[in-house]
Amino acid sequence: MVKKEGRMATIEISCVEVWREISNYLDEEISPELRERMEAHFKTCAHCTAVLDGTRNVVGLVGDGRVFQMPDGFSKRLYKKLQNLP
Amino acid sequence: MTQSQLQTNEAALIKSVCSGEREAFYELVRPYERMIYATAISVVKNPADAEEVAQEAVLKAFSHLSSFRAEAKFSTWLVQITYNEARMRVKKARPHLYESIDDQQQNEEGDFWPKDYADWRPIPSELLEQNEIQQAVQDAINSLTPSYREVLVLRDVQHLSIKETSTILGISEPNVKTRLHRARLLLRDRLAPGIDGSWIKGQPYRKARAW
Repeated sequence: MVKKEGRMATIEISCVEVWREISNYLDEEISPELRERMEAHFKTCAHCTAVLDGTRNVVGLVGDGRVFQMPDGFSKRLYKKLQNLP
Repeated sequence: MTQSQLQTNEAALIKSVCSGEREAFYELVRPYERMIYATAISVVKNPADAEEVAQEAVLKAFSHLSSFRAEAKFSTWLVQITYNEARMRVKKARPHLYESIDDQQQNEEGDFWPKDYADWRPIPSELLEQNEIQQAVQDAINSLTPSYREVLVLRDVQHLSIKETSTILGISEPNVKTRLHRARLLLRDRLAPGIDGSWIKGQPYRKARAW
């Protein structure tokens, strides 16, 4: 429900304000009052919900643990370096 | 193991290393190998350089272990050494490519407007097992500017706290939040399933733009 500023009177918080806080929302770094306003907004705004879901997916993808896997033999070579210290 | 048990255990290992038991150092570092590697690659980008940086950082940590202060977390200290080592290498190799923190500030002004609003349902876990998906995620992370990439890797790849990230990068906590926010939204734009259509085969992704 992205509308021009003047037509957003029925929504307590604007889309732009929601996007500004999406990351803090996911990290639970916002006040309960703001959380409540954002949740009310998500119920009625499919666009912001899509941005929220997508951002949550990104955090999940990046944090999955399979990204930036160490190359094969990394530990072995590191251990060897330590063993070879004078 | 709780955080305090872990710290007690690490303190004992550090004591052993400082009294000459070199083997104990490997035990101390082992749980953080991936963390060290991911930190290094988030700065230097290529696996071979990242491995060298990781090795250098671990050797440096070993030789400076006596200067480690117990009020800090060992993992934070280790990541900080790695990060400095990696940054130094990039500056040495490509000084013109490494944006200074000051250059970044102006880009953080103003609001971020998402590129599109297409619905993006949860990604099935099995999809992540595909090498091309992992590669796409890494490429997207690598496409971020250093100041965004570093915050994202520390927070979302390594799961460090806002406070730890702020300590390691030497930036304020509000700055960590702002950069993380930008980084996540930029990644969302870049990783939207429709970019190459390869995320969910047979289901064309339609961009939905509000304007």
